[in-house]
Amino acid sequence: MSQIVSRLTPYFEQLKKRLPAGFNSSLVLPCLRRIQEERGFVADEDITALVTYLGVPRMQVEQVLSYYTQFRRKPIGRWHLQVCHNVTCSMRGAEHALDLLQKRLHIKSGQTTTDGRFTLSTVECLGSCGTAPVVMVNDTYHESMTGMKLDALLESLK
Amino acid sequence: MTGAKWIMNFPVTATSHSLADYRARGGYETLQKVLTSMKPDDVTKEVTASGLLGHGGAAFPVGRKWAVIKPNDGQPHHLCANADEGEPGTFKDRWVLEHAPHLLLESMLITSYAIGCRHSFVYIRGEFDLPYRRLQAAADEAYEAGYFGERIFGTDFSCDVFVYRGAGSYVCGEASGLLTSIEGKKGYPRNRPPRLTVKGLYQRPTVVNNVETLANITGIVARGAETFRKMGTAKSPGTQLVSISGHVNKPGVYEVEYGYPLAKFIYEDCGGMLGGNKLKALIPGGISTKVLTGDDVAPLTYDHASFDGAGSSLGSGGMIAIADGTCMVRLLQVMLRFYHHESCGQCTPCREGMGWMHRIIDRIVAGKGVPEDIERLIAISNANDGTTICGMGDAAGYATVGFIAKFRDEFEYWIEHKRSKVGGALEVQGTWHA
Repeated sequence: MSQIVSRLTPYFEQLKKRLPAGFNSSLVLPCLRRIQEERGFVADEDITALVTYLGVPRMQVEQVLSYYTQFRRKPIGRWHLQVCHNVTCSMRGAEHALDLLQKRLHIKSGQTTTDGRFTLSTVECLGSCGTAPVVMVNDTYHESMTGMKLDALLESLK
Repeated sequence: MTGAKWIMNFPVTATSHSLADYRARGGYETLQKVLTSMKPDDVTKEVTASGLLGHGGAAFPVGRKWAVIKPNDGQPHHLCANADEGEPGTFKDRWVLEHAPHLLLESMLITSYAIGCRHSFVYIRGEFDLPYRRLQAAADEAYEAGYFGERIFGTDFSCDVFVYRGAGSYVCGEASGLLTSIEGKKGYPRNRPPRLTVKGLYQRPTVVNNVETLANITGIVARGAETFRKMGTAKSPGTQLVSISGHVNKPGVYEVEYGYPLAKFIYEDCGGMLGGNKLKALIPGGISTKVLTGDDVAPLTYDHASFDGAGSSLGSGGMIAIADGTCMVRLLQVMLRFYHHESCGQCTPCREGMGWMHRIIDRIVAGKGVPEDIERLIAISNANDGTTICGMGDAAGYATVGFIAKFRDEFEYWIEHKRSKVGGALEVQGTWHA
């Protein structure tokens, strides 16, 4: 039994209260998100425990995990730098932002630094085009980025 | 100024999103009036009379969608607010979620009353962190104050709201994909018919409305359809939250009254183009709407008829202004990479077609394009049209055909000379500060 799932069960029970009876399947995404917040990724034992708790097919949970890009089955760096490279961000310097981060961290997009501090990714539109270019660090948006702001940001992420 | 204000009609401060401030602006008084003095049908009639159109992209009349649902037919109904704002260039719903979350919630309660919904949902994209926290905090405040839960204002009406977070799928912004996602599955869109208002969430009649669409409702019920119709044009009543980005001096969210002159909006309200550059092209409402050239745009007014007449549409209100000097081939490359990445994989024409188009444009940019590639892109686009369950395949095709139709010379030049006709930049001077 996944200790994380047992520990989070009271929270899951709270979520159920705002749903109609029989909507257990609707808890798959909210539960997985909460588990990932705790562990950093979703482990096999979490899936087994969640399947038992919600009474949904294991295949459904596996499909959800592989379909949605925000879910992870493996740990990543402590700080996840996600550079938007969609239309508006590209028009306002996303390529420079990505270049700078790759140079400073000595990794390419999709990789993690050897000390496990940073993972660098590119992502599609974050819905923040008015303040492009945007870099999302874990859950937080950093908007209207410049070279100097990126350097200061890296410095602040210990 | 961009005409009358219906949603952005209060000053944004550090507390303007709170329940206390919303109440000071008359918040939840309309809900009380509705629950104590109106019948569900009266609400739907008022909304139908207002002529309010959907603001998510399709501009479907809101009253007609609601009227399909019979509030007292004995079966459960659901309302889902679509806050899965993911169409590139669009960030207007985020403004509502961050600054007017109670306006959305009050409107959802009024809508729930009209369609007989006991359990409502907001589907918010997983990346939206601050908007989610603002909305969840507002929902908690509203529960605390008794606006959600059992027997609201002492009436027989009870309603819950569940703020449901997505997890990074563009296709879940499509209404049926959104419902499949709330059912806890991968967000595959569904074939219509049956319409979602007949068989929606867990096969129950469901209304899915865009956040901004819903945010209009409280005002319409409070001030009447007639007042609403005084704004905008006869065919497009009201206003649109326009999110403008790209090479303009003052990007951001503006509430624009329908019928407002577009050139005035771009050159006066948005401060014109960066560095005084000429407007080369405009993507009017998210990248899935057809691109227009600077010359196309000059005479237009901001309303549905004007943009439809120019061969495009208002879409989601996510406008991207593109300055002279920008390479349209590389811009289409960014867009096709996006569509390829976001295709859910359910329908063959989209799953395969997006990959083909992405690889063809990559090949062109790599200097390995052949003259037939242009016709191939058009042929794949046409093959997608109408052959997929949701509109994403169509939209990617329209966007591609639109780019080629307006800027064919740039594609031909790159294939022939193995380099960009305009230097290959996506930025103009002054957009990136080292």
